Amino acid sequence: MAIAVLNFFLLHAAPGDPAVVLAGEAGAADEQMIAQLRERFGLDQPLYVQLGKYIAGIVQLDLGYSFRQGAPVIDLIAERLPATLLLTLTAFVISLSAGIALGVAAAARVGKVSDSLLTTLALLFYATPLYWLALMAVLVFSVWLGWLPGFGYETVGAGYGGFARAWDILKHLILPALTLGLFFMAVYMRMTRASMLEVSTADFVKTAKAKGLSGAVIRRRHILRNAILPVVTLAGLQAGQLVGGAVLTETVFAWPGIGRLMFESLAARDYNTILGVFLVSAAMVILFNIVTDIVYRIVDPRIGAKV
Amino acid sequence: MWNRFRSNIGAMVGVLLLLAVILIAIFAPLLFAHSPWQMVQRPFLPPFSMDGLPLGTDTLGRDVASQLAYGARVSLLVGLVSTLVALLIGVPLGALAGFYGGYVDEGAMRFTEFFQTIPNFALAIVLVAIFEPTLASITLAIAIVSWPPVARLVRAEVMSVRKREFVDAATLAGLSKPRILVRQVLPNTVSPIIVMASLMVATAILLESSLSFLGLGDPNAMSWGYMIGAARTVIRSSWWLSFFPGIAIVITVLALNLIGEGLNDALNPHLSRKGKA
Repeated sequence: MAIAVLNFFLLHAAPGDPAVVLAGEAGAADEQMIAQLRERFGLDQPLYVQLGKYIAGIVQLDLGYSFRQGAPVIDLIAERLPATLLLTLTAFVISLSAGIALGVAAAARVGKVSDSLLTTLALLFYATPLYWLALMAVLVFSVWLGWLPGFGYETVGAGYGGFARAWDILKHLILPALTLGLFFMAVYMRMTRASMLEVSTADFVKTAKAKGLSGAVIRRRHILRNAILPVVTLAGLQAGQLVGGAVLTETVFAWPGIGRLMFESLAARDYNTILGVFLVSAAMVILFNIVTDIVYRIVDPRIGAKV
Repeated sequence: MWNRFRSNIGAMVGVLLLLAVILIAIFAPLLFAHSPWQMVQRPFLPPFSMDGLPLGTDTLGRDVASQLAYGARVSLLVGLVSTLVALLIGVPLGALAGFYGGYVDEGAMRFTEFFQTIPNFALAIVLVAIFEPTLASITLAIAIVSWPPVARLVRAEVMSVRKREFVDAATLAGLSKPRILVRQVLPNTVSPIIVMASLMVATAILLESSLSFLGLGDPNAMSWGYMIGAARTVIRSSWWLSFFPGIAIVITVLALNLIGEGLNDALNPHLSRKGKA
């Protein structure tokens, strides 16, 4: 809610009156028409009245009206949200599972060539701009090799139904989800590796070794279970970045999600839409945090007992 | 400490790479005869096809190599200044919260958490879009989204340092609280802050390039993100236009990350190789 109020004032601090912009685009920017537009969208009322209306609207899931697209913001977002959720959740699952798996592998081979290779690769992905990686992926896999479609959500006009459509969407999903996931995979891998190495010096690991358990069993049942906790915490904290990264990925891949909606609204000075997307993305972060909380309880039963 | 840093190969590679980028940025006008905005040849000239234009020309026939060199200035400047501003916000806030505790701590941390839950890239976009893209607004927006981790780090450090014996000694010696905080406690938290700052510069450079990629860069400054964004639509025919600026970003950010890790290992030997996210 505080975010909503902050947004409202931020957006009103912006130079440029939407009525003027709209009138200018219509090609007739005379005073009378501007005044008319202002009145129609309630822009002539004092700021606090507009704020009150805005907050009251949010409670009823009404995020205002997009002057540019001629539709309520909530409809625009609802239409695009599934695509973004699909993309971010896939990327989240890929990055977390692959990151942990690779981190475990690197920690098990600490000091060997394969460990250095993995660590160096992670460092490299960590330094690579997301949108650039996305562009290069399009270039290699879509333009040069022609393996995967580089743009869009599904083949337009193909008229697939059922399973064929799902397969089509999946093919479109692979590149964006992988590029979005790679950066975070690097983050989780580094964290898992460090955490595994730290836990492996603990006393109970020595005990397990003294019991004669094999290295793989110790790693899986004793070290990993404890080492995974900080990784999950970090994953929750990174959720906001994941959503932000989706803006870039969606822009590059023409993925019809809310990130691309935000990008399109920027140029159009469509404040209500920008504001709505921002609000929804903040809500998504909270959603991701709930998901990580649930994961946390599965990983560590002690936490569930306390609540 | 310096010896530990020097024996770290990765960190030394980082220093050399960063030095190279800094030198190119400083001497850009001497190295390249053409300004990055000046049309020098026909557009879409591939790299290595003409003397004097090693990386070819862009969509408007401008020298790509010169654009890269001038772009380094923007990236380094924005990265450095925004980190300084973020430190100016985060360090005092974290220090007060950690030192005084109680309501101050509660209030400051609520404020910090509020900023942490906002998706920071989205907030940066909103801020820059509203205050019109200029170097100043971009720098400020990046600072505003990157201070919360600083505040949390400083708070945690101050809380642990303030329980140490020399703080009790200072209190007994009759020093005032603010004086103890500034003269005794804060100097002992400097090394983790330095490590974090070097990593923050890297993140800031990535953020700046992402913003200008989306078209939210300063229209009067040539930057790497802008180059990639402008070349995006012609990627099928002229891949090099987006390829080289990306490499420049990777090199610079990688160098800073390597330095940050090296500093971390050198300054906190007992914590070495601990996960830095």
